[in-house]
Amino acid sequence: MNSFFQYLWLIPILPLAGALINGLFGKRFAKSMVASIALFFTGASFLVACAQAYALVNSGVDAVEPIYGTWIRVGKFSVDFGLYLDHLSLVMMLVVTGVGFLIHVYSVAYMEHEGGYYRFFSYLNFFMFFMLTLVLANNYLLMFVGWEGVGLASYLLIGFFFLKDSAANAGKKAFITNRVGDFGFLIALFLLIQHFGTLRYATVFDIASHFPAETTAGLLTAIGLLMLVGACGKSAQIPLYVWLPDAMEGPTPVSALIHAATMVTAGVYMVCRSNAIFSRAPIALLAVATIGTLTSFFAATIGITQTDIKRVLAYSTVSQLGYMFMAAGVAAYSASVFHLMTHAFFKALLFLGAGSVIHGVGGEQDMRKMGGLRKYMPWTFWTMLIATLAIAGIPPFAGFFSKDEILWQAFSSPHGSKIFWILGVITAFMTSFYMFRLIFLTFTGEYRGTQPKAHSAHGGHDDHHGTPHESPWLMLGPLVLLGVLSVVGGWVGIGNRFEHFLDPVIQKVSVEQNIALTGEASATPVSESEGAGESKGTEQLLMGISVLVAFSGLGLAWFLYVKRPELPAQIAESAGGLYKMVLNKYWIDELYSAVIIGPLVALSRIVLWQTVDQKVIDGTVNESAVAVGNVSQLVRQQQSGLIRSYAGWIAAGAAVVVAYMVWMGTR
Amino acid sequence: MIPISWYLLLSAFLFACGVTGFLTKRNIITLFMSIELMLNGVNLSFVAFATRMGSLDGHVFVFFVMVVAAAEAAVGLAIIISVYRTRETLNVDRVNLLKL
Repeated sequence: MNSFFQYLWLIPILPLAGALINGLFGKRFAKSMVASIALFFTGASFLVACAQAYALVNSGVDAVEPIYGTWIRVGKFSVDFGLYLDHLSLVMMLVVTGVGFLIHVYSVAYMEHEGGYYRFFSYLNFFMFFMLTLVLANNYLLMFVGWEGVGLASYLLIGFFFLKDSAANAGKKAFITNRVGDFGFLIALFLLIQHFGTLRYATVFDIASHFPAETTAGLLTAIGLLMLVGACGKSAQIPLYVWLPDAMEGPTPVSALIHAATMVTAGVYMVCRSNAIFSRAPIALLAVATIGTLTSFFAATIGITQTDIKRVLAYSTVSQLGYMFMAAGVAAYSASVFHLMTHAFFKALLFLGAGSVIHGVGGEQDMRKMGGLRKYMPWTFWTMLIATLAIAGIPPFAGFFSKDEILWQAFSSPHGSKIFWILGVITAFMTSFYMFRLIFLTFTGEYRGTQPKAHSAHGGHDDHHGTPHESPWLMLGPLVLLGVLSVVGGWVGIGNRFEHFLDPVIQKVSVEQNIALTGEASATPVSESEGAGESKGTEQLLMGISVLVAFSGLGLAWFLYVKRPELPAQIAESAGGLYKMVLNKYWIDELYSAVIIGPLVALSRIVLWQTVDQKVIDGTVNESAVAVGNVSQLVRQQQSGLIRSYAGWIAAGAAVVVAYMVWMGTR
Repeated sequence: MIPISWYLLLSAFLFACGVTGFLTKRNIITLFMSIELMLNGVNLSFVAFATRMGSLDGHVFVFFVMVVAAAEAAVGLAIIISVYRTRETLNVDRVNLLKL
């Protein structure tokens, strides 16, 4: 191994150093100083990551695994402080540091007028540290540390405006919902320790590779399903997705970095990383694909009705994450990671663009009060348009390649199914529709916002908010760079180059095992490079359909929101109950609070608080104090202050002693 | 030869007088004298037993007790004077600052 890879630890540690410096001393620094520190450390981390990635690709080895020492050793079980760089963590690392750096740059301008500037950058760097730990760890336990750490950073940043009740509550909701998922992940780790004796990736996957594929539920299926629970929490899938839309209470760069581009993809990363386990557990795979497909479908329907610009994007994120799960669930891990990467580019861009819009109109987030912003903020408009074209899946933008790959795999993979494909295509249509709805509502037509407001929710800079204005260059720069990436980011997937790049990471399940899986002799893995002309034809047909669907979504959005802007209200009117149901997000939040949170709170209040705490615990303490007091009340009568009474007691005591001695002597 | 029981009866009588005086009187000086009475009652039984057993231990003890009693008398009288100066009474029932 090249000794250069020994310096891999620099990548996570640099942001940590930035976080510590800003967090401990930042209060006394000037804003420019805080920003320079944060940018320097993330930028340095990005450069190191680039150098390491370049070295790895050129070294010809599949993976490097520098170990820096033992962390835990109990009997035969031990966990190291070790990092693991292969082509999968390489992609994740570059996305996290690269997109993370751009968002840091953007935040310098965006957060300029907010309080707690140093706190913000400290948290942001802190997040980068944990996210890089998560993706670079060489064992599940270290990954879990990063996993919890990003959850903490996410909590801190969602609740960044902690004086606002809704923000504080959203932070708590995110944290607690994630706990549910972490519970599953932890149990999966325990099962791994119990049955594999180690948490190190390489060993676990090696042992797993000797397992036959499980046709019925077994150990690997259990581990896979529990990991899926963890992934559902972190990556906001049904049934644990409810925290992500609320997480939009955080500052917009946070939504872009944590709740769109990086942290929420951790679950996808974990599933892809554990492909050796999932590929041998078809039931778990089916669960992954089903949850992913349903999530992407339902989140897209909710996205259609939302009017808050950030919430539309939040549901779109949930929906796109569902796509990634769908891909992972049909064992198309590389397609999943590919979409993860392109999604990081265009969704970060969309959020940053939305932030720029919100910044430009003085803190307004309701799209109904925007409109016509194209002429005020052309740069934001064009970059957001690129991102929208990318997410809608219109060639040659990035999202087209990855989404098309996913849909093709859902259709053709031995684990796939036509149902996944059909739902996926409908979702693609809805995605295109709601994204262009966002664009048309925000950027075309007339400006519907109120004229100068005395108070803007955005704070600080209401002095120049007569008309919407373009954001400063420090914000537009990242937008433009991400715009470029949203165009070219998908080109790496042409000719399956990306898939082959990830080949060393994906453990192939052998042919016999595949037969065992599907029960058919013909179920050899379908690979396009050797595929027959027929499958090539099918692929092109499907590609045509998905492009057609994307354009029809665009067309419908144009028709409803540009040509006949009065129509959507009428449609909503005629849909009545259905519209209400979707607008209220299927009342899932209400359902959860009625079925889970309400009883839990009632149980805690009545049983745990009023009975166990107040009666049992407080009762024990208070009653023993009262009992001691009562006894003392009796005994204190003795202390009369009368010397003669004391003397009398002494004499009586002496008499008793003497009587006792006499009695003993006469016995 | 007077039998030892007489000495012991006298000793018990003296001691009982001391105890009774201590429990019934209020004047601190009287209490003090009652204590001396008790000590001397005990001293008497010490020397009686010592003489009877032909041992010197009891006599030595008596000297110890007398020395300690003398020292105690010196300190005690000083305290009594001090109490009288500050409280202008020698009634023990009114010397009760340490009472709860």
